[in-house]
Amino acid sequence: MSEFKMPSLGADMDAGTLVEWLKQPGEAVKRGDIIAVVETQKGAIEIEVFEDGVLSDIKVQPGTEVPVGSVLATISTDGSGASEPPAEAAPAPKQVEAPLKPQESSPETPEAPPSAPKSAPAQSTSHPDISPAARRAAEEKGVDISALKPGPSGIIGLAEVEAAAAPSAPRIAEMPAPKPTPAGGSRPGINLGAMRKAIAAAMSRSHREIPHYWVSQTIDLTPLYIWLERENRQRSVADRLLYVVPLLKAAALAVKETPALNGHYRDDEFQPSDKVHMGVATALRGGGLVAPAIHDVERADLDTIRVGLLDLVQRTRAGRLRSSEMTDATVTLSNLGEDTSDALTSLIYPPQVAIIGCGAPLDRPHVVNGRIEIRRLMNVTVAGDHRVSDGRRASQFLGRFARRLETPEEL
Amino acid sequence: MTTDAEIEATVKKVLFDVAPDLEGEEIDPNEELREQFEIDSMDFLNFVIGLHEATGVEIPESDYSHLQTLSGAVANLKPRMNQ
Amino acid sequence: MSETRRITYREAIREALREAMQRDERVFLMGEDVGAYGGAYACSKGLLEEFGEERIRDAPLSESGFTGAGIGAALNGMRPIVEIMTINFALLALDQLVNNAATLRHMSGGQFTVPLVVRMSTGAGRQLAAQHSHSLEGWFAHVPGLKVVAPATTADARGMLWTALEDPNPVIIMEHAMLYNERGEVPAEGDVAVDIDRAAVRRPGTDATIIAFSSNVAKALAAAETLAGEGIEAEVIDLRTLRPIDDETIMTSVAKTHRAVVVDEAWKTAGFSAEIVARINEQAFYQLDAPVARVCGVEVPVPYPHHLEQAAIPQPEQIVAAVKGALRR
Repeated sequence: MSEFKMPSLGADMDAGTLVEWLKQPGEAVKRGDIIAVVETQKGAIEIEVFEDGVLSDIKVQPGTEVPVGSVLATISTDGSGASEPPAEAAPAPKQVEAPLKPQESSPETPEAPPSAPKSAPAQSTSHPDISPAARRAAEEKGVDISALKPGPSGIIGLAEVEAAAAPSAPRIAEMPAPKPTPAGGSRPGINLGAMRKAIAAAMSRSHREIPHYWVSQTIDLTPLYIWLERENRQRSVADRLLYVVPLLKAAALAVKETPALNGHYRDDEFQPSDKVHMGVATALRGGGLVAPAIHDVERADLDTIRVGLLDLVQRTRAGRLRSSEMTDATVTLSNLGEDTSDALTSLIYPPQVAIIGCGAPLDRPHVVNGRIEIRRLMNVTVAGDHRVSDGRRASQFLGRFARRLETPEEL
Repeated sequence: MTTDAEIEATVKKVLFDVAPDLEGEEIDPNEELREQFEIDSMDFLNFVIGLHEATGVEIPESDYSHLQTLSGAVANLKPRMNQ
Repeated sequence: MSETRRITYREAIREALREAMQRDERVFLMGEDVGAYGGAYACSKGLLEEFGEERIRDAPLSESGFTGAGIGAALNGMRPIVEIMTINFALLALDQLVNNAATLRHMSGGQFTVPLVVRMSTGAGRQLAAQHSHSLEGWFAHVPGLKVVAPATTADARGMLWTALEDPNPVIIMEHAMLYNERGEVPAEGDVAVDIDRAAVRRPGTDATIIAFSSNVAKALAAAETLAGEGIEAEVIDLRTLRPIDDETIMTSVAKTHRAVVVDEAWKTAGFSAEIVARINEQAFYQLDAPVARVCGVEVPVPYPHHLEQAAIPQPEQIVAAVKGALRR
């Protein structure tokens, strides 16, 4: 019998809300199956199960927020398959006692001020009902009621307060989901306010903990564009390649040859990865930013990357990402895109150790074989973690990257 | 014979499929869509694919520049829809 | 560790009557069919033969008459036990109980007391239909000057009578008709008298409090068993006394569990259950994680057919559902 726990879906995640179970007790699960949907500051994430077995007992009910590491369900892996009567379907408050690794990463998460029920005005009709016991518990524990989300019945009760007041994790005051605005608002599964906070936390940590260095190079993309035009003429509209697709492949191959840029830095040591899971920085309308991963890019062909990228961006913007996509990136590529600015000096997403920032491809004068020609040039600025690599490595990467892009037909 | 209004409705529908949050927005027919709204190359490709699927028209890459505005898209698609 | 005996509720009452008659010669039993017939529910079977006509007195079909006679006897120093066959017929003695038994001590400035014990059977379940199935305990619990108890267990049926007899004020003992055949444990020896002013926690729990009395205690315990199978631990309180109400036991429990369900066979509207809800609201409001729920009789005259009669009174499944509702599951 194994325990399926609330995963950490980001460097700064302390707790998540179980939104929906997609498998029921008694159902068989395979490694990679999506078993549940969890709401985090970055939106709704589909979480996968990592072993084969039969879902046994569900320990956490939908609508409950639990700390990372809490047992969400048990999975029977011995093939017996029978769903046993739950020994103790403990409500979420009991999960708070589960031991947690101390999360030291978010001092910027404020301690919510205790509410003052005596001076609180009568609740407006738009605020969910809260039980007297919950109100009192919130006051005692210093939980900010206005930031609590009600349970599935629409009421804030003791369960919601106790889940929010997890003693060993710093409290995250969940911001209520903003109402959809006409342009650039949030949609189901995306909470821009919370996402901003998550980005703030991650980027602050990056800036604080990672000693960055940056190396730039101007890359001639003319051969790539010539090849792309020829390729795309043969392809129907739906199959056309955007330039970022070969960019990703070339970057992945170059990263594979420069292992110091690919992996995670954890517990004071660098854990290199032999696979390249490329995080793709994806902007959301309205100001959000996520960098979910496409897996095994160095081994994928261009069409696989194309389809994967399209699907990923679609789901990112709809707020339906998978947990492995949120956590597995070993390096990230951030592409400003066409018709934008020259260069991008990025910050690394912890716990990664590098990020590749691509500026806009721009037609510029360039020296080719001793003569000045107009070429399509792109600035690439690599940021590296100086604990793991130095400028020379980044420079080597850039050389490899540029060379790959000169022969796009080999990608 | 498909009218301008019908083509415009189709183009708008495809646009809203790509960017649902734009539904209800006023669209300046002569201003570039990328300028009016935050539409990046990924959105634009989805937009083009959507137009292709909705109208059946093959859209070569060389035509992309004509599809940057609402009126340009209608003008570009119209003759080819009525073949 | 004292031994216990297992006897029926009916046998416990009979033993209590015998003991009272033996210990105190002022005690006598009066009511319809208590003598020659042995009692409508056989509670006094054999007592006429043992104690004689003076002390086991068959009364005419006049509840007002013999209840009044009982009050008179009590005023004059006797310790009468008036048996009103059912609470349905007690309506005919309401004036005697409410206007005389309950008030004479007050109106006489303490010069007179009425040490009267009234026993009556209550409730539905034997297909006796609308006029013979009432649960009007609340009407009596409403009246200052009366004490009202409802033994739900054999031990309480055995032990409450003596304590009631010792009370210088009128005490009404409510015996649910469906309990007479139920078996339970009573102490094998020693003093069996129990208090008549405290509730009892029959089953400890942490997730919700079920408050019941009389025949509903067993239903509450059955519901608690079902709930335990789903990981919900319900605490079951047997009120035991309806006037006075043991607030302390109730509020202590609600402070622990934060949810309460009240079970009462009587109708919900203006019923006794409302009193419990009101008290919890007054004394434990800030402990509540959900509104206090009530499981009561359906607002209809009690039906005659068995299946409809059962549908009209509380059942364990409804109690289970109410607890889960309070837990929002």
